[in-house]
Amino acid sequence: MLDVRGLTTTFETQEGLLRAIDDVSFHVPEGKTLGIVGESGCGKSVTALSILRLLPDGVGAIEKGSVMLSGKELVTLPEREMRDVRGNDISMIFQEPMTSLNPVYTVGAQIEEAVALHQNVSRKQARARAIEMLRLVGIHSPEENVDAYPHQLSGGMRQRVMIAMALACEPRLLLADEPTTALDVTIQAQILELLQSLQTKLGMSTVLITHDLGVVAEYTHHVVVMYAGRVVESAPVKDLFRAPKHPYTLGLLESLPVHVEGPTPTRRTRLRTIEGIVPDLAKLPPGCRFAERCPLVIDRCRESEPALERLAGDGEDDDIPGMGSRFSRCYRAADVERPSRFAREDRT
Amino acid sequence: MTEPTRAAAPTPAQKPEDDKRRTLVATEHLSKYYPVGGGLFSRSDRLLRAVDDVNIRVRRGETLGLVGESGCGKSTLGRLLLRLLEPTYGRIVYDGKDIAPLGQAQLRPLRRKMQIIFQDPYSSLNPRMTVREIVAEAIRIHSLAARGTEEEGMVSDLLKKVGLRPEHMNRYPHEFSGGQRQRVGIARALAVQPEFIVCDEPISALDVSIQAQIVNLLLDLQDELGVAFLFISHDLKVVQHISHRVAVMYLGHVVEQASVEKLYASPMHPYTRALLGSSPVPDPERKRLRVLLEGDVPSPIDPPPGCSFHPRCPRAISQCKKEAPPFAEVHLGSGHKVACWNPHVEE
Repeated sequence: MLDVRGLTTTFETQEGLLRAIDDVSFHVPEGKTLGIVGESGCGKSVTALSILRLLPDGVGAIEKGSVMLSGKELVTLPEREMRDVRGNDISMIFQEPMTSLNPVYTVGAQIEEAVALHQNVSRKQARARAIEMLRLVGIHSPEENVDAYPHQLSGGMRQRVMIAMALACEPRLLLADEPTTALDVTIQAQILELLQSLQTKLGMSTVLITHDLGVVAEYTHHVVVMYAGRVVESAPVKDLFRAPKHPYTLGLLESLPVHVEGPTPTRRTRLRTIEGIVPDLAKLPPGCRFAERCPLVIDRCRESEPALERLAGDGEDDDIPGMGSRFSRCYRAADVERPSRFAREDRT
Repeated sequence: MTEPTRAAAPTPAQKPEDDKRRTLVATEHLSKYYPVGGGLFSRSDRLLRAVDDVNIRVRRGETLGLVGESGCGKSTLGRLLLRLLEPTYGRIVYDGKDIAPLGQAQLRPLRRKMQIIFQDPYSSLNPRMTVREIVAEAIRIHSLAARGTEEEGMVSDLLKKVGLRPEHMNRYPHEFSGGQRQRVGIARALAVQPEFIVCDEPISALDVSIQAQIVNLLLDLQDELGVAFLFISHDLKVVQHISHRVAVMYLGHVVEQASVEKLYASPMHPYTRALLGSSPVPDPERKRLRVLLEGDVPSPIDPPPGCSFHPRCPRAISQCKKEAPPFAEVHLGSGHKVACWNPHVEE
């Protein structure tokens, strides 16, 4: 479906040319959800914008790499053809629905515009399609709300409108960048369940970008972990949580408080932390970018940066993350072990 | 001849454990209404009930977690407790004294005892002041140290306490990361040695790995200084980790309050259960009971009659539409209070 290989994007900044993402590769299979997880500044949003070629003009640019959508190379596609790809083949949902919707048009007009741009339909058909989409995303009385302006809707409703717009042309790939971060948990659950059911219904592939490991655990099939512009680990979701193979992933998982369900066994113990902060992209170390914060660091880590390598196991043909095999960018991947308090013996 | 029996005399010196159990802040029927609508010259009868008849209690040295979704009134409640907002109605009893009617001058000595930490470490620090000036401001206002070496020593100690390097005191906020700025905000709150700190979403703007650092810092500070927290958050996992007791708000009301163990193990209010069921669990192998709520939170301007949760409630009965449920214990003496006509009670 989608094959991203060696994607590298630079940004012009006061400190010079910086690589916001550096040699990012992954595969999104048909009908599956790939999660991209990482903290602010790790490059997860830049990855999505690079795929869609929506980087800010004159500031950000793809330096090298390839983005293949069902066999079609997008990086070198003429802008006019790229415009057809956006909306028709790939849609994107952004974090902030208020800033992504035009306040002076009704939501119906905006969905109709998207439909009319990409499909050869009459105005009447476009409107019917808009109402149908609003119904699909769970907006009550869509015949009335189609004429509502964005400010008349709640945050959860606006995000539904965004989804309706993104899905109106039945894209094959949806890029969802923190689609629920601005929403409350009960609304977040509604939206994510909706996305999941629409994905099944439309047979769509999804890239779900989030910082929330709970969302990753519940709504993705395969996960790519990013740190300071690099993919540092990738695995099927269960494997990643059961046995992370990069110290950064382990640190992220361990810094979370225990589950909300059931009794509260470890109340008020100290949480594990990842000491220090993310390195400045302008002053990257020569070795591993996580070395300064890593509890497993050895001299070698500071001297040269490890490559993203496939770990032993099945799938010898898998050359990039997302195909089922596990990858880690760590010399000590074999020594990374999740503590046994998360052992699964109590599971059925 | 025996002496007439007298009521048991109060023990002269309370043990420290008793002291810890003592209530520091309590509210009685605390409410904050805002008039809405109406033009410049016309009066409006419509009210936005941001906080409506709330009774909560924070004990000395304890953390009360306050959870709820945006617009439920949790931040308003936090600001009311500190008298940063004027209550419309009700009492705020701080250390045995009703502070709701006090004027600004009378509140001044109390301001030293109550502090707040804000959500956004970017907008809550003055960008033109150095960290030293930010932290020392309150020290000066309350004359806690002589200017010069004594003040500098105090700022230096505070920065060390929150995990910052004292030599950074002459830097400006923009030179720090989000997590470090939040530490500056905490140092500022601690400068006046408060007994009570309202933490208003203190970690929501921070990255996951930094959140854990700040949570640990707050836990350490509480152990060391015995300060009480009202910890406002929409993150149920963090609230579970940091709180002794938890209160859940919906549309201006506290709908459930209990010890953290009871609230998470056997939530009684359908809204609490929905909140817990909606919060994604970072474990792909755990199957959870998902309680999906229909619809959005209604407007607090014209809340539904009866229980304001009933239009979204999976357990609503006819009574819920007519009458607001009282906030009371289901099992007397359990300390587990709920405002619900049909609470989920395990046998």
